[in-house]
Amino acid sequence: MLARDRNAVAPALNLADDSRAEPRAAAREMLALLEARVLFGGAPRVGLTGAPGAGKSTLLDALVRARRARGESVGIVAVDPSSRVSGGALLGDRVRVRSAANDPGVFFRSLAARDSLGGLSDATRAATTIMAAVFDVVIVETVGVGQSEGDVADLVDTLVFVAQPAAGDTVQFLKAGVLELPDVIAVNKADLGALAERTAHELESALSLGEKTDAKWVPPIVLVSARDGTAIDALEAAIERHRAHLAAPGALAAKRRRGRDAWLREGLARRYGSYGIAAFGAAGALNARLAAEPDASGFALALRLAEEIERALRGGNS
Amino acid sequence: MSGEERAAREKPWVFRTYSGHSSAEASNGLYRSNLAKGQTGLSVAFDLPTQTGYDSDHPLARGEVGKVGVPIGHVEDMEMLFRGIPLDRMNTSMTINATAAGLLALYVAAAERQGVAASQLSGTTQNDIVKEYLSRGTYVFPPEPSIRLISDMIAFTVDAIPKWNPINICSYHLQEAGATPVQEIAYALANAIAVLDAVRARADLPADALPRVFGRLSFFLNAGIRFVEETCKARAMTEMWDRLGLDRYGVADPELRRFRYGVQVNSLGLTEAQPENNVIRIVLEALGVTLSKNARCRALQLPAWNEALGLPRPWDQQWSLRIQQVLAYETDLLEYGDLFDGSPVIAAKTRELVAGAQAELDKVLAMGGAVAAVENAYMKQRLVESHTRRLRAIESGAQLVIGMNAYTEAEPSPLVSAGSSAVLKVDESAERAAIERLRAFRNKRNAADARAALAGLRDAATSGANVMPASIRCAQAGVTTGEWSDALRAVFGEYRAPTGVVAGAVRVADPAVEKIRARVRAVGAKLGRPLKLLVGKPGLDGHSNGAEQIAVRARDLGMEVVYEGIRVTPAEIVQSARDEGVHVIGLSILSGSHGVLVLDVLGRLRDAGVKLPVIVGGIIPEDDAAQLRAAGVARVYTPKDFDLTRVLGEVVDVAEEAASA
Repeated sequence: MLARDRNAVAPALNLADDSRAEPRAAAREMLALLEARVLFGGAPRVGLTGAPGAGKSTLLDALVRARRARGESVGIVAVDPSSRVSGGALLGDRVRVRSAANDPGVFFRSLAARDSLGGLSDATRAATTIMAAVFDVVIVETVGVGQSEGDVADLVDTLVFVAQPAAGDTVQFLKAGVLELPDVIAVNKADLGALAERTAHELESALSLGEKTDAKWVPPIVLVSARDGTAIDALEAAIERHRAHLAAPGALAAKRRRGRDAWLREGLARRYGSYGIAAFGAAGALNARLAAEPDASGFALALRLAEEIERALRGGNS
Repeated sequence: MSGEERAAREKPWVFRTYSGHSSAEASNGLYRSNLAKGQTGLSVAFDLPTQTGYDSDHPLARGEVGKVGVPIGHVEDMEMLFRGIPLDRMNTSMTINATAAGLLALYVAAAERQGVAASQLSGTTQNDIVKEYLSRGTYVFPPEPSIRLISDMIAFTVDAIPKWNPINICSYHLQEAGATPVQEIAYALANAIAVLDAVRARADLPADALPRVFGRLSFFLNAGIRFVEETCKARAMTEMWDRLGLDRYGVADPELRRFRYGVQVNSLGLTEAQPENNVIRIVLEALGVTLSKNARCRALQLPAWNEALGLPRPWDQQWSLRIQQVLAYETDLLEYGDLFDGSPVIAAKTRELVAGAQAELDKVLAMGGAVAAVENAYMKQRLVESHTRRLRAIESGAQLVIGMNAYTEAEPSPLVSAGSSAVLKVDESAERAAIERLRAFRNKRNAADARAALAGLRDAATSGANVMPASIRCAQAGVTTGEWSDALRAVFGEYRAPTGVVAGAVRVADPAVEKIRARVRAVGAKLGRPLKLLVGKPGLDGHSNGAEQIAVRARDLGMEVVYEGIRVTPAEIVQSARDEGVHVIGLSILSGSHGVLVLDVLGRLRDAGVKLPVIVGGIIPEDDAAQLRAAGVARVYTPKDFDLTRVLGEVVDVAEEAASA
C-alpha cells in the first residue's frame, strides 16, 4: 500500500470493510498508519453530489477521462443508497463510467450506504483514505439525498454539486440548508441553453444571500454538458482553482481537521448518544479534546475516544 | 371446395422464418431450402458482431461470429447470402438496427451485382433504435445521431426504394422485456412519433413526402398467449395509428394510414419444461394476429418449439412453417370478412386498451417523447417493474404456465430424448472461416477506393448530408461492416443506455424471501461484510432482461449487487470483480457463446490469482452445462429455473461454500 501498489488496494478495502473482530483490529491499525501519512497530504479528494438523474455519473466519466489524459491515476468511491426493506443495494454506476473499464490507472469501488440513514458509512471514509494513499486523485460520488452532502463535504477537499436545469427544486433544495457546502457548482446539460442559464442565475442570486463556511471563497458556477463534453475543461479549472485556494498556508490542514472532527463527533454521538458525549464533561469538552489532538489520525482517535467513553460509562455504572 | 370458392379466398400473409447462422454460404443454402418448402419471404438473422458494427476479427466478436445469425462483413458476403435468389422478386426482412444503413447499402450493392436496380427492391430493415435501448441491446450510437440515421434512411428510400419499409417499429421486444399490452402500444407509438417528428423537421424533404413516409412506416408486434387480448391490441393499434396519421400528420389518404404490421409470436412464454407444449402455444398465438381480418398481420414469423433449449434445426423451423400453411391453406379462415366486427366484448376490450395506451402515450410525450423517456430511464424502469410483477406471478402460481409451475408430472418427452441433438449445433470452425474470408477480401479489394469511400462517409456524417449515398459507395468500394461503423463511431460517439434496475424494491411478505434474507445476513456476518454479487453480461448479447431481474431480486433479498450492463469483456469482468471485492460472479449469456466467454473469464480469474465462484445463466444445452461445470463453474441455470428466489438462495450457498473452502 505504501508503495502505491494498485493490487494492494482491493484487499485493503475488503479488510477495512470486515466487521469480524480480528480483521477489524488489523484494519484499524492499517487505517491509522495510512491516515498518519495522508491526513494532511496524499491525493486531493473531490466530491461529486447532486440529485438522482442530475448526470453525476456521466460527469464523473468525463472528469476521469480528463484526469487520465493528464496521466493521473484515479481512485473512485461511488456510494449508492441501501434498500430500507431488504438491506440490499444496486450499485450501478460502473455502467456509466466506461473510462474505468480495462484501465489499470482507474480504480472503481462501489459502496452501499448501508444503515447510515442516508449518510455515508464509515467504510466510505476508510476507502477514501486507502485510495488517497495510492492514487493521484480520489473522487467520491454520492447521491444527494438526506445526510450525505454534509458527510461528503466533511470527507473531501473540494465538493462539486451537480445541479440540473429546470429543476426549480434544485434552488429550493440548496436554500434548505446545504447552500454553504459546495465549493463548485456544475449546472449540467448546458445543451438545454436558456434553461440552464436561468438555473445558473437563480443559483448565483441564492448564493449571494447565503452564508459560507469559507468567507474567502465564492463558489464558481460552471455550465457543463457531460453528454457532449462542453466545458469539462472549465469545470476542471474551477476544481483546480479551489485546490490552489486551499494551498494557502494551513488552509488544507484546517479543512481536513474540520472534516475529521465533524466525522468523529457525529460517529461518537451516533454510537453513544448525548449521554456518552457528556462523559467528556461540560458542553464543548469534546471539541476541546479534539483541538488538543490536531495531528492525530481520525481512526486512531475514534478508537481512543470510544474507549474513554466506555470507561467513563462503566465507571458511572459501578 | 370449388375453384371459385378457392379464388375468393383472401391472399395469405407472408410466411417467414427468422433464420441465418454460421456463414453466408450456409445461410444461403438454408434460405433456398426454406423457399422450396413454401416459405414466401425471407427474414435475415445477422450475428451480433454484424448487428453491433464489428468485423469478425474484432476482439469483441470473439465467440459470437455466426452464432445467433449470419456474419455479413462486406458486399461479397451479401451477394453470397442471396445467390440464386432473384432480389427483384424477393421480399426480404432484415433484423438490423444500429448498422441498418450500412447493411441496406450492402443489399443495394449486392442487388446491383445481380443486375437489379434499387428501385425494384422490396423488404424491410428493422431499424428501430428505441427498443434496442429498452430491450434488445444492439445499439451503438447515442440517441440523437441514431434517430438521424433512421431519418436519413427514410428520406432516402421514400423515392429511391419506394417499396422498402425503412423502419419496422417494434413492440415485439417490449413484450419480451415484460411490457403489458398498454405499454406495448404506448411505447411503440411514442417511438413512431419520435421518428416521424424527426423526418418532418428535415429541410431536404418536400412537404408532400410526409404522407408517403407515413405510409411506409410498418410495425413489428408480439403475439402472446392471451390471444383474445392480443387481437384487441392489434385492433387498438390500427385505430390509434389511423387517428395519429390524420390528426398529427395530416395524412388525408386512408390507404396511407393503414396499420401494416408483421409479427413474431412470443418467445418469452416458451418453456424448457415439456417443450412439446410450445407447439400449442405457438398455434394459439398465431391465431391472435390472424383471426381479425381488419387487424391481420402482413407477415408472420413463428418461433420453433425448442427455442428455450437452444438453436432450432431446419426440421424444427419447417414444423413452424407448416403451422402457417395449415392455417392459411387448409382452414376456412381466409374465406370470411372480419369475425369480430360488432362484438361488444371485443369492442369494450379494445376501447379499454386505447384509453390506457393513450394516457401512457400522453405521459411520455409530456416528458419530451420517446428519446427523453429513454434517457431518463422512465420507459425502461416501467418495463423492468412489469417484468418483475410477471415473474412474481409465475413464482407464486397466480399465473399458470402448464408444465412449468403447474401439471409438472409428465411422461418423458420423446422429442428431447436425443439430448443435445434436439438442437442445432453451430459449427465452431465458422468463426475461423469467417475471419479468413474477411482477410482475403480485404487484401484483394482496391484499398484506395475503400479509403476514399470512407472519407466520403465521414464527411456526410459530419456535414449532416444524408449518409445513404455515401454508405452505398462504401458498399460498392468494399468497405467492411466494422469499418463503416468505426467511421460513424468516430463522428457520433458511443452510448450506454440506462439499465432500469433502479426500480423500487418490491415489498413482499413471502416466507421464502424472508428466509433467504435471513440467510444473506447470516452468511454476510460469516464473510465479515454483506454478500456482494457481480452480475455481468460478457460478449455482444444485449438481451439483458434476465440479468436485470436477477440483479433486482438479489437486491430485494439483501445482497449488494454490482451490475455493469451489457457488452463487457471477460477482462473487464475480472477487473470489476477484484476491484469491487465481490463474493460471487454471475454471468448471463443468451447468444450461445457461453463456451468461449465463460472459459475466458475462468482463465483470466486464474491468471489474476482471484479465487471466486462463478455461476452462469442462459440458454445452455445440458451437454454444454456439464462441460462448464467440469471447467469449474459452480452452478448453471437455464430457462426452466424460473424461481429466482430459489436460484439466489443457491447463490448464497455458493458464497458460503467458497468461504469455507
